[in-house]
Amino acid sequence: MPAKSPRSKSQARELLFGDLWEFDPAPESAPAFIDDRYRLFIDGKHSAPRSKKYFDSISPRDGKKLAEIPVANAADVDAAYQAAAKAFKSWSKLPGAERGKYLFRIARLLQDRSREFAVAETLDGGKPIKESRDFDLPMAAAHFFYHAGWADKLDYVAPGRRLNPLGVIGQVIPWNFPLLMLAWKIAPALATGNTVVLKPAETTSITALKFATLLEQAGLPPGVVNIVTGAGETGAAVVNHPLAAKIAFTGSTEVGKIIQRSLAGTGKKLTLELGGKAANIVFDDAPLDQAVEGIINGIFFNQGHVCCAGSRLLVQEGIETEIIARLKRRLATLRTGDPLDKNTDIGAINSAEQLGRIRELVQSGIDEGAEIHQSSCQLPKQGFYHAPTLFTGVAQSHRIAREEIFGPVLSIMSFRTPEEAIEKANNTCYGLSAGVWTDKGSKILMMASRLKAGVVWANTYNKFDPSSPFGGYKESGFGREGGKHGLLDYASLAPLDITR
Amino acid sequence: MSLPITKTPKCYVGGAFIRSESGRIYEIHRSSGEFLANIPLCSRKDLRNAVEAAAKGGAGWAKRSPYNRAQILYRLAEMLESRAAEMAAVTSTEETRASIDRIVHFAGWADKYEQVLGSVNPVASSHFNFTVTEPVGIVGILAPEESPLLALLTLILPAITAGNSVVALASKSRPYPSILLGEMLAVSDLPGGVINLLTGDRAELLATFATHEHLRALAATADTSEATALQKGAADSVKRVVIHDPKTDWFSAAHDSPYAIRDFTEAKTVWHPIGS
Amino acid sequence: MPAPALRRLLDEIGPVDATGVEERVAKYATRSIKKKSKIFGLKLAVSMVDLTTLEGKDTAGKVASLCQKALRPHDAGDVPQVAAVCVYPAMVKHAAKHVKGTGVRIASVATAFPSGQAPLRTRLAEVKQAVADGADEIDMVINRGAFLSGSFAEMQDEIAAVVEACGEATLKVILETSELETYDNIRAASFLSMRVIRPGDFIKTSTGKTSANATLGNQQVMLDAIRDFYLQTGTEIAMKPAGGIKTAKQALQFLIAVKETLGDRWLNNSRYRFGASSLLNDLLRQLETQRTGAYQAPWTFTEDSGGY
Repeated sequence: MPAKSPRSKSQARELLFGDLWEFDPAPESAPAFIDDRYRLFIDGKHSAPRSKKYFDSISPRDGKKLAEIPVANAADVDAAYQAAAKAFKSWSKLPGAERGKYLFRIARLLQDRSREFAVAETLDGGKPIKESRDFDLPMAAAHFFYHAGWADKLDYVAPGRRLNPLGVIGQVIPWNFPLLMLAWKIAPALATGNTVVLKPAETTSITALKFATLLEQAGLPPGVVNIVTGAGETGAAVVNHPLAAKIAFTGSTEVGKIIQRSLAGTGKKLTLELGGKAANIVFDDAPLDQAVEGIINGIFFNQGHVCCAGSRLLVQEGIETEIIARLKRRLATLRTGDPLDKNTDIGAINSAEQLGRIRELVQSGIDEGAEIHQSSCQLPKQGFYHAPTLFTGVAQSHRIAREEIFGPVLSIMSFRTPEEAIEKANNTCYGLSAGVWTDKGSKILMMASRLKAGVVWANTYNKFDPSSPFGGYKESGFGREGGKHGLLDYASLAPLDITR
Repeated sequence: MSLPITKTPKCYVGGAFIRSESGRIYEIHRSSGEFLANIPLCSRKDLRNAVEAAAKGGAGWAKRSPYNRAQILYRLAEMLESRAAEMAAVTSTEETRASIDRIVHFAGWADKYEQVLGSVNPVASSHFNFTVTEPVGIVGILAPEESPLLALLTLILPAITAGNSVVALASKSRPYPSILLGEMLAVSDLPGGVINLLTGDRAELLATFATHEHLRALAATADTSEATALQKGAADSVKRVVIHDPKTDWFSAAHDSPYAIRDFTEAKTVWHPIGS
Repeated sequence: MPAPALRRLLDEIGPVDATGVEERVAKYATRSIKKKSKIFGLKLAVSMVDLTTLEGKDTAGKVASLCQKALRPHDAGDVPQVAAVCVYPAMVKHAAKHVKGTGVRIASVATAFPSGQAPLRTRLAEVKQAVADGADEIDMVINRGAFLSGSFAEMQDEIAAVVEACGEATLKVILETSELETYDNIRAASFLSMRVIRPGDFIKTSTGKTSANATLGNQQVMLDAIRDFYLQTGTEIAMKPAGGIKTAKQALQFLIAVKETLGDRWLNNSRYRFGASSLLNDLLRQLETQRTGAYQAPWTFTEDSGGY
């Protein structure tokens, strides 16, 4: 037998992802038409805030000021609710088919102006133009289109029950998918005959305020949708206004609990779509390349600013080394940088504050003994950026395995048996989503039924559709958005008068 | 004439009959004012133990086939029917009949609500996508003082039909129907721990019901101040709370609804690619 | 009973999820290649073209003009010559007159192309004759019947025999992906082929003679297989998609897939080729657009009437 080199050859072998064919910058050039200063949208009118205060909206791509956003105070919020309550009287009585036509119009107008909105979304929020253009905008339009068709078919949602609108809905949305979350909230609320007071997130108000101009183009009656901007104080005013029949909130579990507490005893309905710490479970019989792609998509989509991000990777022991090697290789071809560049895969972190939080958690990972790997990409000097990061050797007890990081940071752990995978996956206060990768159908169905999560992606990850209900178990919240399930959460159910 | 044997009322927890761990009792009397029995005055610790029992019993119950759950619930109606006169004596004939009917109604839902509440979702991408319901877990129940059997069952049935287990606090002033119900449960086919019945003081236990993290939902008749306390406490663990007006008409057919079951389910949506 | 051959092989090399592959390759199409990087990519693509004519009506004259085009694709600009001309075996000697010694290689589709349905002896004789006539490269088809019926050894033995018959000539093994149908099959056939060919030999998607040809999806599965095989064995296998790649835009997408799957060492014409005929003119057209700043009419380029 010939003597073998003691060092494994495969260690020396590696692919070269170099600069032989470097891509020139390909910045999206379509104009975003962002105003210098915005006004609130109340009762169909753009009005200056009674607070007379404004704050700067900063573009995370370069840290520069984009626009001035009004601060809605309690009086502004009250005006919005009064307008919504007034509009509710006629809007709720409008035949469903007519309500539907307005929603169809909104869907079409969003498609018309999708590039403009996509650029604005990227400038304001930092997500890659590729994602705002190919995901956020088409999906937002799809939500309006889908719900438009429901407006005159509500009698078919719940057998034996009529869906009655609730009244004015207060909606508070996060900064990770600003326009898409707006669509998720407004479309079902309007389809079921409610009116809306919506507050976008402080750092990403621009597309919501631009959306107001689109509502004018659609001819939506005044007061049906009111948009108030501001920070926590404005949010509290929206949540606590006595005219609110329901509050729909998407955001952190911490704030969700505050809202639930503050609504106690008010009789207001509540749905919460909160945080997550999803397990993405890869078995040794999985299609590995697609699993790697799914893992990458699961954690780096939108810089990891996704409540359902697959931030805990659980890999079956026999393939752990292989998966980590493949992930590192794939990481080498991800392009992090200017979100306006069409080739950027990972854009800017939404705010300096969020970047600080991510850094703090990454440091805790290092301090607690996990091993860090980052791609060697050059990050832009200005703006808020974080390199895509993998942690190996992570223990269940590490903070990076338990806390929601909301950034491009993946914690990798291993398991041996399906039972152990389930136990680790469910060992969290969250329960929003989970991923399973295996070639065996019956194993998928077993895992899917035992994972405590509102969405289970099998051999795929981070997929969304207006017809597909989304929402979590446990401290990830309650209520669902999308599909007929989402409609039920925007209505009260009255028994149909049927003879028994 | 020999002296009749009196029955010691006990709570039904984890398939066993228990006194309060605290050793505390309270007296109940006949309408004539005559002493009837000592009822366990359950403590926070009893509630904790009941939740443990519910966790044990619930896991197996959720795994039973819907058809099996349907038959077991129907069997419970049979048990109540056979002792209907005894139950009517501590409630009323009307309430007992309505209770039997409600059990039968929900027994029938056990293998059907999924087809009303679940869905196959026509997503635009190349995926098969469906939504099924799952039990939320352990449900805490605070029954009203009046309609001590029918209201208690109306709150319990939707939860257990979906495969949840429950810990229920019965009417304090009229606990006896829940004592009898426990005896019927013990001889029904319902596994121990699925329904756990406590007696005691609502004001004392309310905060524990609200904040116990393992309870994933509450169904309670409550006035505004009680509802406020429950919802505030529930927020710590993002628990869902279904509040019923104390003036609810428990005889109303509106309670016979799969949407009452929906309140105690989680919707789970599963995606899978379509391809060869 | 042992598990069926394909099952055993897939257990070893791992399965493929079709929808996941489609999603992966859709991302290549979103890359935006501009300015210098576009010119680099277009010229790289030109240098990788196996300029092909495979028609029953091919003549010495037709092959001669193809060879001229291969050597000097366009008058203006600094355009490289293509990698090879690809012709039927009977045309090899005609091509040899024009391109031997020029750096443009001669490739020939032997082994009873496109069906492969001739006796092995006949196929091997065809290969040997083509090589003797001057072919530098042989494009063979695998025995799809043997593969689909699980007779992997038969399929591999035939490839090995062709390798032998090739001598010095480079071999390109055509899987005919449209007839294999599934991505699992394509991955399996790639591995079976790679295990019996030599470093620098190719695996190739299609003959161009069936309804479905090279797609980003089937190329991706093959690139993934080449990567896995290289990392396991150290053997560098080359890749050639063929058929259906008609536009510069498509070619750049195929190349981006190579860049992001196999990296820089595969971005040259000894590791990657395009089997195409009309692609070359579209590459030239886009290069001229980049050079002159004006959109070009098709008739500016030789061998193209542009319809009307």
